[in-house]
Amino acid sequence: MMLLKILFRNAFHNKLRSFLTILGIAVAILAFGLLRTVISSFYAGVEAASTSRLVTRNAISIIFPLPISYTEKIRQVEGVRMVSYGNWFGGIYINEKNFFPNFCVEPRTYLALYPEFVLEEKQKKAFLADRKGAVAGQKLAAKYGWKIGDPITLKGTIYPGNWDFVLRAIYTGRDNTVDETQYFFHWTYFNEEIKKMWPRYAEQVGFYMIGVTRPDIAPDVALNIDKAFKSSLAETLTETEKAFNLGFIAMAEAIVTAIQMVSFVVIFIIMAVVANTMAMTTRERTGDYAIMKTLGFGATDITILIFGEALVVTLTGAAIGIVLTFPVAKAFGQQLSTYFPVFLVSAQTIYMDIAAAFLIAFFAAIIPTRHAIRIRIADGLRRIG
Amino acid sequence: MMTEQKKSIVEIKNIYKCYHRESLVVPVLHDITFDIAEGEFLALMGPSGSGKTTLLNLIAGIDKADEGKIHVGDVDITTLTETELAAWRANSVGFIFQFYNLIPVLKAIENVELPLHLTTLPRSKRHEHAAMALSMVGLDHRMDHYPGEMSGGEQQRVAIARAIVTDPTILVADEPTGDLDRVSAEEILSMMERLNHDMGKTIIMVTHDPRAAQRASVLRHLDKGYLNHDAAQNPL
Repeated sequence: MMLLKILFRNAFHNKLRSFLTILGIAVAILAFGLLRTVISSFYAGVEAASTSRLVTRNAISIIFPLPISYTEKIRQVEGVRMVSYGNWFGGIYINEKNFFPNFCVEPRTYLALYPEFVLEEKQKKAFLADRKGAVAGQKLAAKYGWKIGDPITLKGTIYPGNWDFVLRAIYTGRDNTVDETQYFFHWTYFNEEIKKMWPRYAEQVGFYMIGVTRPDIAPDVALNIDKAFKSSLAETLTETEKAFNLGFIAMAEAIVTAIQMVSFVVIFIIMAVVANTMAMTTRERTGDYAIMKTLGFGATDITILIFGEALVVTLTGAAIGIVLTFPVAKAFGQQLSTYFPVFLVSAQTIYMDIAAAFLIAFFAAIIPTRHAIRIRIADGLRRIG
Repeated sequence: MMTEQKKSIVEIKNIYKCYHRESLVVPVLHDITFDIAEGEFLALMGPSGSGKTTLLNLIAGIDKADEGKIHVGDVDITTLTETELAAWRANSVGFIFQFYNLIPVLKAIENVELPLHLTTLPRSKRHEHAAMALSMVGLDHRMDHYPGEMSGGEQQRVAIARAIVTDPTILVADEPTGDLDRVSAEEILSMMERLNHDMGKTIIMVTHDPRAAQRASVLRHLDKGYLNHDAAQNPL
């Protein structure tokens, strides 16, 4: 009890130094937490991917289309429950700054395959009934102030021209891991317009979304689909939705690795700062420790005092950093919702924050503790005065 | 005070001590042999570097001799391990230092209570003993003050209370008045004198102040690590 009292009071004895150290740790943990959240947000699509969905694309590259005629053949593969399809549209709203993911899809099957997109039944019916109807995520609609019934014009970047839609539905995510910044419209409308303007690009899709009857048969179904189109003009590559999404992250792997490295560098720097502070503190208290040893306190007691003090300072800073991470991440996510539609501080990030705090305390205290234990009492007492 | 009839509480036999500074060996104490009787108030005097503090440290078990034996009571402390020495110090030695050496983050009462945490005394008893020790040094009104809020003399009185709270076999004091003004120094010396006279505490004090040495019953002089055997009884 007395040791606890001493270590707590020691931790806050030099108020300015303690404040600055705690502030440094809080900022470092905040930065670490945000960087880890950025990394998590890269993988948000992977985490949200369903194990019972497959994606089929052109085997050469995703930029090459597949004929719409594959639909029936895919549907006949054993284990396939439902087939949907779509194209990446790549439109912009008013100007290039207003970019968000937008696709044309076969709406009935697509919405059936994505139960995580929750639509009001009335809005869903209205969307399905209107060939020029569109659905936007709640965050996207809120960002541009769109309401049901609003006309929306997207400028095509891949398919030039102004494309007019009417917002018929706004979806919300089933949970907070669902991206609410997407925009969908009817593939039929897209195909009809393409037929008029560029007939040779009509009747083609960018991807097939396939629902399988059971997740455990997904790999076999994928193989059978690709086998069905072997040696055709457009061979297919079918993979799980998770693998498909991971493929996109692989393109940004260098960025993810760089962010990861920076997050660890932040922790390393603060570790050095806290270690220096602990070394200074311990040097100042050499006399106190010598006195305690003189009175009969042992190495364990001194270890508890130094490690305890490092832990109190580090965990206080970490707690402040963790608490701050949530509002800062929210603000950060709102500002960068285009790039990080799902920006959530995960439980794993918090565990890593706490682990980092313990690591900082441990490495900061280890050398000062060794020094305080090993110093002869007579030498320690000589430091006083 | 006559000490000749009393039994020895500290027996020092043929003590040698050297310090090692890289490859250099610096002899500090040479063949020191003497006894300290129970209830004796001994002043160890000598110029700087004569080995007084080193000898005091050896007697108090915070340093180890290279050769020789030191018995305190029935214990040969030269044979004890570091852990055994720590436990022995906690039970048998009270320490008073020149710079008081109180823990700055603890109140006066907590500083005095500190050594009692190594005993089996319950919390209430610890507090009671510490309060009693503080009242013996006249500081019962300063219990809740931190060392930084007290004068040097008061801090040294707290240090004395901490030294006596465990009722140790011997009290060792290293220049206890070295950092005090004359009035405070007199107070501290009177207090130590009372501890010796009234409570029969054996005190071993290192000092180079003749006024402090005057209060001791026995004087011993060290010079360049050698004990002057001619000046045992305090002529002052």
